Amino acid sequence: MELTGADIFVRCLADEGVEYVFGYPGGAALHIYDALYRQDKVKHILVRHEQGAAHAADGYARATGRPGVVLVTSGPGVTNTITGIATAYMDSIPLVVFSGQVPTSLIGDDAFQEVDAVGITRPCVKHNFLVKDVKDLAATIKKAFYIASTGRPGPVLVDIPKDITAHKCEYEYPRTVSMRSYTPVTDGDPVLIRQAVDLMLSAKRPMIYTGGGIVLGEASAALTELVRLLDYPCTNTLMGLGGYPATDPLFVGMLGMHGTYEANMAMHECDVLIGIGARFDDRVTGDLSKFCPHARIIHVDVDPSSISKNVPAAIPVVGAAEPVMREMIKLVNASDRKPDKQALVAWWKQIGQWRAMNCLDFDRDSKLIKPQYVLEKLYQLTGGDAYITSDVGQHQMWAAQFYKFDKPRRWINSGGLGTMGFGLPAAMGVKLAFPDATVACVTGEASIQMCIQELSTCKQYDLPIVIVNLNNRYMGMVRQWQEFFYDRRYSHSYMDALPDFVKLSEAYGHVGFKIEQPGDVEGAIKEALKMKDRLVFLDFITDQTENVYPMIAAGKGQHEMHLNPCKAVVPTDRELA
Amino acid sequence: MRHTISMLLENESGALSRVAGLFSARGYNIESLTVAPTEDETLSRLTLVTNGSEDVIEQITKQLNKLVDVVKLVDLTEGQHIEREMLLIKVNAGGATRAEIRRVVDEYRARILEESETTCTIELTGASETLDAFVTAVSRAGIIEVVRSGVSGIARGENSLRV
Ligand SMILES: Cc1ncc(C[n+]2csc(CCOP(=O)(O)OP(=O)(O)O)c2C)c(N)n1
Repeated sequence: MELTGADIFVRCLADEGVEYVFGYPGGAALHIYDALYRQDKVKHILVRHEQGAAHAADGYARATGRPGVVLVTSGPGVTNTITGIATAYMDSIPLVVFSGQVPTSLIGDDAFQEVDAVGITRPCVKHNFLVKDVKDLAATIKKAFYIASTGRPGPVLVDIPKDITAHKCEYEYPRTVSMRSYTPVTDGDPVLIRQAVDLMLSAKRPMIYTGGGIVLGEASAALTELVRLLDYPCTNTLMGLGGYPATDPLFVGMLGMHGTYEANMAMHECDVLIGIGARFDDRVTGDLSKFCPHARIIHVDVDPSSISKNVPAAIPVVGAAEPVMREMIKLVNASDRKPDKQALVAWWKQIGQWRAMNCLDFDRDSKLIKPQYVLEKLYQLTGGDAYITSDVGQHQMWAAQFYKFDKPRRWINSGGLGTMGFGLPAAMGVKLAFPDATVACVTGEASIQMCIQELSTCKQYDLPIVIVNLNNRYMGMVRQWQEFFYDRRYSHSYMDALPDFVKLSEAYGHVGFKIEQPGDVEGAIKEALKMKDRLVFLDFITDQTENVYPMIAAGKGQHEMHLNPCKAVVPTDRELA
Repeated sequence: MRHTISMLLENESGALSRVAGLFSARGYNIESLTVAPTEDETLSRLTLVTNGSEDVIEQITKQLNKLVDVVKLVDLTEGQHIEREMLLIKVNAGGATRAEIRRVVDEYRARILEESETTCTIELTGASETLDAFVTAVSRAGIIEVVRSGVSGIARGENSLRV
């Protein structure tokens, strides 16, 4: 039987096993929306802004490992998703974005709500398609899911002109895809893996540095096994948190700009660096000329272009993290050579001294609520087992530092693009995927306002998320940079005229609490966690002078951290009033 | 260093813009770029000449290989290969200069495609440096128009780029 393109579209999603589509309708997508109405397999989540749809699908993908799906109309519908697509692209998140397009006959005519979706998204997608014939629709959708979710994952856009969704053809969903131009590798070169293992075992001061590739590649178990087998220190990037259990003694914390003293010092002093599923980006390396000066570097990555892009690798291994580490484990077990016990004792002793600096310490006697304290409590009260999404800023760094992720896919944040506004919609995607889990969005009063409209979506679909707003009445991270690097000229980083978040939450049909005393923090979080069927907005009025430490300033090496938690001198609310 | 990279691309609309977009987005140079269909109509052959340090060239080839539309790629500069470029040039050829132009054309084994009373249109195929030299040689006559195809290249001997 012949089906319309719109019906084929919906059948494809169902056959692909798509659970949720995050979307927003409009003219060019209306045939598809009609087809959605006439079926009950695929659930559609109506967001309040297309950016929210992309972030929600992204959150869903990060939490589940399955591609997130977005459906929007042409023109402004698709342009509104760009930030979300770029966010997913930078963090290699599998998304499939479907955009309506004006009818084929009008393409290029500057028709109403026409935008060159393929052109405008090209630099921030893994691949994209314009469907020109209904007969190609099913095969294109299959390819889109395949490309998005294999190799180094990423977003794929499929632009579908309106007439294609009305044309008819026979439907058959392809069972497999093979593309001569796209054949991702998984297994690494055995010769190089052997060389890598030899180098690893020769190390006196080894360091294992892993990133989002461990999470994306479902390689946490293999990593944990490898690290424990070797007894080597392990650090994770911001994107890699949860890839190795944070409460394990071999874990030295996050590295990079706001990483721990011990992680960054161990990076600086190591003699063999084993980088797996991480891309040596500038927030990790600091000044490249000072990066790991003593180390020979092994770099394992599924994307060949990540290897030797920023830092040359002595041993480059192109392959997926999981199979490569499994092979490494085999070789280590089979090798006569064992890790150098004596050297390791000395190395761990040194690391212990760095650890003793207690670099994440903060003032626990403060009369003001310390943001770190809120996160520490959140960690304790959720048993370390919540899904934490975050926005971008100081709160994000504190969440990364203070919430100890023992499992992958629990820490959901925009690392590469650093997109404020990500946290709330991402939490919606996570909550839909895991309705029984605790999902908290750690945010700041500036970030939360970037996608605040999604509180309405949360109401419509009953998504009881806990919002932890660390309200410092500043764009804290901007303010911190201005304090350090601009002589305390706080240019446009104070958020005047903030809304009453409690009333705002109530206006959207949720519950809100304002917490102003350190003594009330614990009770408020407990209360919020108890209200399992309501979204609770916790507005913590925090110490606005707090800074994120340690900090590696731009142009500095990893060992050149600001550690001194000197009090910031900033005008407070009262002084400004 | 100058590198000549040749690739087989899916003959899809938009494939060329992915290649060009990659170069502008990542700040790589393109000296020349040629593209045309092959005997297999689903494939185009694209040759580009670029400049950069070895690290940059490595990134360029890796990034190109990552494009879903790129089926296969070779850096011709890494092996023995032949490069050719075609030049169409229109020069002033009034009066006494015509004889001089004919002499240069013969010397370079170029071909006069068309002559008018005051102009002469010439074709020359060869290595880019030969074309440069020819353009200099006829420049005294007064160049009206220069059209160059950009470099295409092929590996020598039994090496080949095919699917
Ligand atoms: C969309 C977007 N615009 C601007 C920035 C730059 N930026 C980074 S952090 C930050 C301030 C965030 O303030 P807030 O959400 O209150 O968090 P805080 O740093 O105070 O914890 C800004 C403006 C960004 N990351 N994303």
